[in-house]
Amino acid sequence: MTEDGKRALREDAQREDAQRERMRHEDARHEQTRHEDAQAHHHHTHAPASRHAHGHHLLQVEDLTVSFRMYDAEEPYLAARQREVRPIERLSISVHAGEIVAVVGASGSGKSLLADAVMGLFEPNATVTGRIWFDGEPMDAAALARVRGRGIALVPQSVASLDPLMKVGAFVRGAACGRGRARREDAAQRARRQRELFARYGLAPEVEDLYPHELSGGMARRVLLCCALMDAPRVIVADEPTPGLDLELAVRAMDDFRAFADAGGGVMLITHDIELALRVADRVAVFKDGTVVEETAVANFAAPELLEHPFSRALWHALPEHGFAAFAGAGAGTATSRKSADAPGEGPAEAGARRAAGAAAAPSEGGEAL
Amino acid sequence: MAKYILHNALRFLLLMAAVSVVVFTLVSLSPVDPVQANVGQAALLSMSPEKRAQLDAYWGVGTPLPERYLSWASALLQGDMGTSLRYNAPVAQVIAARAANSLALMAIAWVASGVIGFALGVLAGVRRGSLADKLVKGYCFVLAASPTFWIGLLFLMVFAVGLGWFPLGFSVPVGKAAADVTLLDALHHIALPAITLSVVGVANVALHTREKTIDVMESDYVRFARARGMSTWQVARRHGLRNLVLPAITLQFAQISEIFGGSVLVEQVFSYPGLGQAAVTAGLGGDVALLAGIALVSAALVFGGNLAANVLYGVVDPRMRRRGGAR
Repeated sequence: MTEDGKRALREDAQREDAQRERMRHEDARHEQTRHEDAQAHHHHTHAPASRHAHGHHLLQVEDLTVSFRMYDAEEPYLAARQREVRPIERLSISVHAGEIVAVVGASGSGKSLLADAVMGLFEPNATVTGRIWFDGEPMDAAALARVRGRGIALVPQSVASLDPLMKVGAFVRGAACGRGRARREDAAQRARRQRELFARYGLAPEVEDLYPHELSGGMARRVLLCCALMDAPRVIVADEPTPGLDLELAVRAMDDFRAFADAGGGVMLITHDIELALRVADRVAVFKDGTVVEETAVANFAAPELLEHPFSRALWHALPEHGFAAFAGAGAGTATSRKSADAPGEGPAEAGARRAAGAAAAPSEGGEAL
Repeated sequence: MAKYILHNALRFLLLMAAVSVVVFTLVSLSPVDPVQANVGQAALLSMSPEKRAQLDAYWGVGTPLPERYLSWASALLQGDMGTSLRYNAPVAQVIAARAANSLALMAIAWVASGVIGFALGVLAGVRRGSLADKLVKGYCFVLAASPTFWIGLLFLMVFAVGLGWFPLGFSVPVGKAAADVTLLDALHHIALPAITLSVVGVANVALHTREKTIDVMESDYVRFARARGMSTWQVARRHGLRNLVLPAITLQFAQISEIFGGSVLVEQVFSYPGLGQAAVTAGLGGDVALLAGIALVSAALVFGGNLAANVLYGVVDPRMRRRGGAR
């Protein structure tokens, strides 16, 4: 390498050091100032439970864009041209230690792709850009693959995520690593961990010999949670973990996630259910058209004036206690300007908000995978 | 368990009864004239009308169909399948001798196409869109679109005539005393027909397995297993194979009828003395008894395959094994 090259590298390194120093400084300040609930930083506001352990977010996603190249379904089969679709565009979100962040958006709007991207699981025809930090470390695809299941764990939606032909005990334990004796020891250790988790979450020892079709809904949810907790993750991404449950049951099913957050973990709860989000989450990220339009403390949902984005306010108005009402014109979010839900001239934002609140038939989740 | 066996035995009997009725009716409707078939065209023409009437009565030409069926079926129940006209031997004996050859041929092709097809299908399905997938797919499409007999002729031209690696036909060397035939001779003769049958069978098995593999690899549980940090091949080994066993069993036993159908053509091309060739001889030669016998035996074979698949399903699939076990 030439002298020039070496110098350039050294200068680069110095610049990076300086930048890191500056960031550490800002983060430290950020830690000390203890923002109020409604105070914004990194385009979000904080909840009382949100903490910046070691001076950074547990998980931070900036400018995430997921795009697919696919054939245009509108055109005739053989003449169809490829076009690019972007189900997620310039999305930013943060998960703090100790909190549950709910990502709330309409069913089929691409929320699950956010979970995939954070887990580093991409379809072969997907292009993913953006920056992700986990526990202060910048992540690339390989790094995300390394922390997959270990640092960041997924809790999926349904019992369909369990292998129908494998006993749940073996499934929860997962594959042992290593060879020969090390492998046997790892397997034994994982079996201990699985029994410990089953005991902690009230699953009888016999449950490990059951097959998924023999589980009740509640057992299946706890088994899925145990899978996620096997390798002691720091962040849990829960993708619609309470499908089909009524609100009270869903809130109770989220107790285990609350406990995980209280113990210092972070939970990203992906849901279409704004009511559930407001009941169990510390902060809400409002997801619309492939991006997070507002990331705010739950407390700010007390009144529409505290919400910044028109869509968030539309969501507020769509809540049952506010009469499911759509309203005319963004910004005029007061009771006096309410219209009935089926009023003609309902704008797309309002329609979307009602869909997000589960008031209209939702397209299937399968559509998200494109 | 006893109920299961009884149930399947009953189904087998019903199937056999139905097949025998259909076969007998079809054969009766065919233009085969038993008298002509037995005495030959020349003898028939120079025969006196009295003699003709006598033979008609002997062969039961005027007897109504149900009556003829009942007499055939009751003989069948006593183990008498009739006498083969073309082989001049009891049908049961002809079928037994032929079946030994055919079963060896079909078993080799069945196992080879099953194992190779499954492996190729899994490879293509897991690595969908890769070069390996494209090669496997290309192979399968070409093979699935080619008639079996044509592949047989091609192999015969290339490997037997051109390269001289394999004999041209038959199951043993021509002109060698039966006592002198070695196992090696038999293997040498069975190789090319078996390869032909396998090569064609692989395409079917591989394409089906590939589809199933893609389904499994796109399933929620595979997505979840990957989200837990397993690599693609780890997932394929741990969850893929397990969930591919059931479709593979179905496919493999459904393949029996495909292989059987293919063997008829392959045996004809290679002059291999098996059931398939006997069926063709019987069909062309108006050998009614043998034709009916072979139809019954092949129906029993296919039924046996499906039954085996059902039984294995019960053994392998916990959802069937532990039915009503939801606790």
